[in-house]
Amino acid sequence: MSWGWLIFALAFWVATFTLNVRLANSKNSETRAIGLAVPIIFGVTILVVWEGVVRGLNVPMVILPAPSAIYAKFVTSVPTLWEDFVQTFVKGALTGYFIGCGSAVITAVLIDRSQFLQRGLLPVGNFIAALPIVGTAPILVMWFGFDWQSKAAVVVAMVFFPMLVNTVQGLSSTTAMQRDLMATYHANYLQTLVKLRLPAAMPFIFNGLKISTTLALIGAIVAEFFGSPIKGMGFRISTEVGKLGLDMVWAEITVAAIAGSAFYGVVALIEKGVTFWHPSQRG
Amino acid sequence: MKNVLPILTVVAVIVAIWYVAAIPMNKQWALDQAARADTTLTTGALVLETWSQERPRLPAPHQVVTELWSSTGDLALSGSAFSKRSLILHAWYTLSATLLGFAFGTTLGILLAVGIVHSRAMDMGVMPWAIASQTIPILAIAPMIIVVLNSIGISGLIPKAIISAYLSFFPVVVGMVKGLRSPAIMDLDLMRTYSANQTQTFWKLRLPASMPFLFASLKVGIAAALVGTIVGELPAGAIRGLGARMLSGSYYGQTIQIWSALFAAAILAAILVGIIGVIQRRILKRMGMAQ
Repeated sequence: MSWGWLIFALAFWVATFTLNVRLANSKNSETRAIGLAVPIIFGVTILVVWEGVVRGLNVPMVILPAPSAIYAKFVTSVPTLWEDFVQTFVKGALTGYFIGCGSAVITAVLIDRSQFLQRGLLPVGNFIAALPIVGTAPILVMWFGFDWQSKAAVVVAMVFFPMLVNTVQGLSSTTAMQRDLMATYHANYLQTLVKLRLPAAMPFIFNGLKISTTLALIGAIVAEFFGSPIKGMGFRISTEVGKLGLDMVWAEITVAAIAGSAFYGVVALIEKGVTFWHPSQRG
Repeated sequence: MKNVLPILTVVAVIVAIWYVAAIPMNKQWALDQAARADTTLTTGALVLETWSQERPRLPAPHQVVTELWSSTGDLALSGSAFSKRSLILHAWYTLSATLLGFAFGTTLGILLAVGIVHSRAMDMGVMPWAIASQTIPILAIAPMIIVVLNSIGISGLIPKAIISAYLSFFPVVVGMVKGLRSPAIMDLDLMRTYSANQTQTFWKLRLPASMPFLFASLKVGIAAALVGTIVGELPAGAIRGLGARMLSGSYYGQTIQIWSALFAAAILAAILVGIIGVIQRRILKRMGMAQ
């Protein structure tokens, strides 16, 4: 055990914490720069404390590698990581995401015409959305084989119902006043759908899309635990855990975290552009 | 109650689709068997055959229900409710880890929310990371958590509970922050005219006002906790719990076993969410907040 690193980590933590409290309570705290600086300082603090504690307590690599070790592994194994990323994210997760979300929106528009179907499907859909759909992964892997098709199928199963429920809710979110206005314009069903109800449903649809980004990545990775070709993030994680190559596992997690956050960020950006009129975007 | 008929219709349609889908899915195997035995199947016999295979690609609903019953109720009646092939036993393992993780997650979530509401630095610093933490597929690192904790001598419930806690804390944080901030300016002003300090305002105004939000997020949280536990049971050769049943079913091609474990998990989730719903209604009614 080396006290130097521990004391350094503790001192760094106290210093940045004080700095953050100062920044947050300063009179400029509403500015964009400080709004960005505070979480960044917090994140850096976590990394430094992590590094300090791992070095200070001599934590063995098989339990928790230090951030610097993970970074070193990350830099040296970029080709493998890229191959896994393409296999899991681009082929598995993205394909499933588009198929699942697309078919859910179409289904929602179709059942939206029938009150009866809506009242029946919404509770059932809500129920299924709360179920551990991940559990269907072994079945779907059995049906669609080991390659990315089965991963995409798991993703479709996972994102379909949250997306369906959100879209149906969104389509019914127009007020009577707005629908009356469309009626006075003598708009037919299709015009009302395209000009009023779909735009009004956008905040809900994007809510579903954002939830689905995380689900898609989880589904694609977990499905690989049940069988996959010899590439893919889930495959790499489970085999490297077996070999106790924890630095590689953490490098994969870093990729997953970056991919997940970026995916979410892109959807949030598109949302900002599409639903610029919504109160939550104007603030 | 006007929703009962539509719901039943939808469920009936799903079951019907399921039966129909089972025919093409299982057809090949039935035909192969018939060819091997040098017999030809009439259409009716073929359909019946696809619904009663031992290892079908898609088991028919009644097969799943039968398996579910024979591994729960039937065993319970014969006095061996906690034998190794009893789903009650496996559901119990999963349930105990879920509840432990849910308790961890909820406590952590509420504490974080209290901190976020009372400290601006925490609000600005922690909240973005709490959101970012959910874009990381934690389930992907479940095997690592299990193996690592195992190697330092912690095994059993705790590793699974940690995973489910990680999944369930987030909805609670978000809901509680919203809830603790839900009192109107007017209410807060009233507390100030009473000269109430922060602690008093918290216990007498903020906490009661947050209850509806808390329960809404508890429902999401417990469902997430169950998913976390099941995934936590998948890797590292777990031998107990619903997740382990799915995994062993997938290794040995026991599709009916996978499906019945899946249904047991679904029923468990429904019961848990239902229980929280009942508590919610009771408490909100006592507090005069029922809608």
